[in-house]
Amino acid sequence: MGADSLLDIQNLKLDLPDGRRLLEGVSFQVQAGEALGVVGESGSGKSLTAMSVMGLLPGLYASGQIVFAGQNLVGLPDKSMRKLRGARIAMIFQDPMTAFLPVRSIGAQIDEQIRLHQPRSRREARARTVQLLGRMGVPDPAMAAKRYPHQLSGGLRQRAMIAMALSCSPDLLIADEPTTALDVTVQAQILTLLREIRDEGAGVMLITHDMGVVAQACTHVAVMYSGLVVERGPVRDVLDRPLHPYTQALLAAIPPLEGPRPEQLPTIPGQPPTPENRPSGCVFAPRCGFVRPDCGVRPALIETEEGRRVACVLYAV
Amino acid sequence: MIAALLSRIGQMALVIFGISVLVFCIFFATPGADPTARIAGRGASPQVMERVRAEYGFDRPLPVQYVRMMEKLFVSRDLTSFVNHGQKVVPEVASAAPVTLSLVLWAAFFWVMGSLGIGIVSAVLRDSWVDRFMMVLGLIGLSMPVFWLGEVVNLFTQSRWHDTWMFRWVPPLGYVPLTENPLGWARSLLLPSLTLAVSFMGLYARILRSELLSAMGEDSIRTARAKGAGPVRVWLWHGLRLSWLSYVSLFGLDFAQLLGGGALLTEVVFALPGVGRLTYQALATLDLPLIMATVMYAAIFVVIANALVDGIYALLDPRIREGQYGR
Repeated sequence: MGADSLLDIQNLKLDLPDGRRLLEGVSFQVQAGEALGVVGESGSGKSLTAMSVMGLLPGLYASGQIVFAGQNLVGLPDKSMRKLRGARIAMIFQDPMTAFLPVRSIGAQIDEQIRLHQPRSRREARARTVQLLGRMGVPDPAMAAKRYPHQLSGGLRQRAMIAMALSCSPDLLIADEPTTALDVTVQAQILTLLREIRDEGAGVMLITHDMGVVAQACTHVAVMYSGLVVERGPVRDVLDRPLHPYTQALLAAIPPLEGPRPEQLPTIPGQPPTPENRPSGCVFAPRCGFVRPDCGVRPALIETEEGRRVACVLYAV
Repeated sequence: MIAALLSRIGQMALVIFGISVLVFCIFFATPGADPTARIAGRGASPQVMERVRAEYGFDRPLPVQYVRMMEKLFVSRDLTSFVNHGQKVVPEVASAAPVTLSLVLWAAFFWVMGSLGIGIVSAVLRDSWVDRFMMVLGLIGLSMPVFWLGEVVNLFTQSRWHDTWMFRWVPPLGYVPLTENPLGWARSLLLPSLTLAVSFMGLYARILRSELLSAMGEDSIRTARAKGAGPVRVWLWHGLRLSWLSYVSLFGLDFAQLLGGGALLTEVVFALPGVGRLTYQALATLDLPLIMATVMYAAIFVVIANALVDGIYALLDPRIREGQYGR
């Protein structure tokens, strides 16, 4: 790992101007052709991590390293960042309803991104737009390009969003809960699309709180809790044999498809800590069933087996 | 599309009709007041009173009176002012309209340019000293009465400093028609229109600033940044596009009410023979036919401007285009 990673985030910290720390040292890698699912509950810092990679967090101080294709993005001037954004790193947002500018046709908005990064004429850009929309499975793409966001259904809009993200063939695609606002059938179609994109060699970082989505669309998974990555590894291993108590609790909270239904789904007692009252030791310790005295010292994210890492005293060597 | 246009025109006609009835009732059907005496003016002889009564049909039922009045206003256009020695009222308004139109067009140009500049700069540099300074300046502009400002401008440019190099170009008060001397026209309107524009500039800059700042928090602006658009493009192309709507609607209303005589104080102070000054004179002499004509003229302009604003709205925002007429 390391040098050959497409995206290598090392110990990323993010601070508010008043000194509160939002991210406590996030580390993970995304390789080309892989899809990393970043899971965690609301407020765990998933989206903040994604926005840091995009360099879209004005007013926050980032430290640590975000190495994209050999270039550290932390502290990169906005001008250089702009050349990467949209061209080599693209992002899909959660709510396709509001992500498009409501007053311009979606074709015009996709054309704009193409023309921002590539020297193409209007007509060439539009041809590419129509081709992309067609590839995303939008029926009658030439007509759809002329429509305004509110005239399309949520699914079509998200497809258009993906078409826009892919318009400059990015190396890394960040998808921030791309299916949350969509119904289940559309969700499956969008996930299939993401898988195709990954098969074509792009790296995908998929942010979600839905373990089902991770299982369907990702090759690797990183579990975040309170601004930290607590466990990461290949998706099958983590889902089948979760190591960290938090991951175990998360997976236990999913209702089983087969067998008798439990009376009550297991839940995790308590609330995740806010940045102000985050424990100095293991961040999950106050809610953890396996808590021990040595949880008072924050455990490092250590490698337990090939490709798997976990931050928990239970697996300390 | 044509059906939508026709229905819109029908609505406008209905509104204008409603206003005309209302205006008529206020002026001529107020119980206990004899409209004849008011039209004829103070101290009119009984013969004149009799002639007025017969001409306007004040001895006949109200609907007849209304139709008579409208006919005199719009069809024969021979509504005459008795206060002002039989002068025809409608041509008077028609000759005053271009003056007001020129003044308001210039003022609108200045206040749109000024407020765009100030609003955008303040929004971009929000909470800096530049922003605060501009907003305070805007508030001062907003709170300065236009007649006072006009008098101060006149004091300096017409008398105190008129002979210095700064204001030697300022023509005497009054209006020069465009067809006569375009340069003189522009010069005669420059200071009055700037004076008129100051308060609007302050108001519009504040509105644009807050609209722009709230628009910049939208998801679609984040998308624009994620696309790799630079700050200039994000602010001007995406942000401004989202924050235009309330600006445009406000502009339409203000523009219309100024055209309809709202620039009264400016016109009086700078001795511009426009609709506002006409209204002022009519009010001063209680010239009922003239008041009636200027009020109707103003109403028509406001209605037309509203329709235009609706049209611009639809052009700016496709959601409105469909919301209004359905698909």
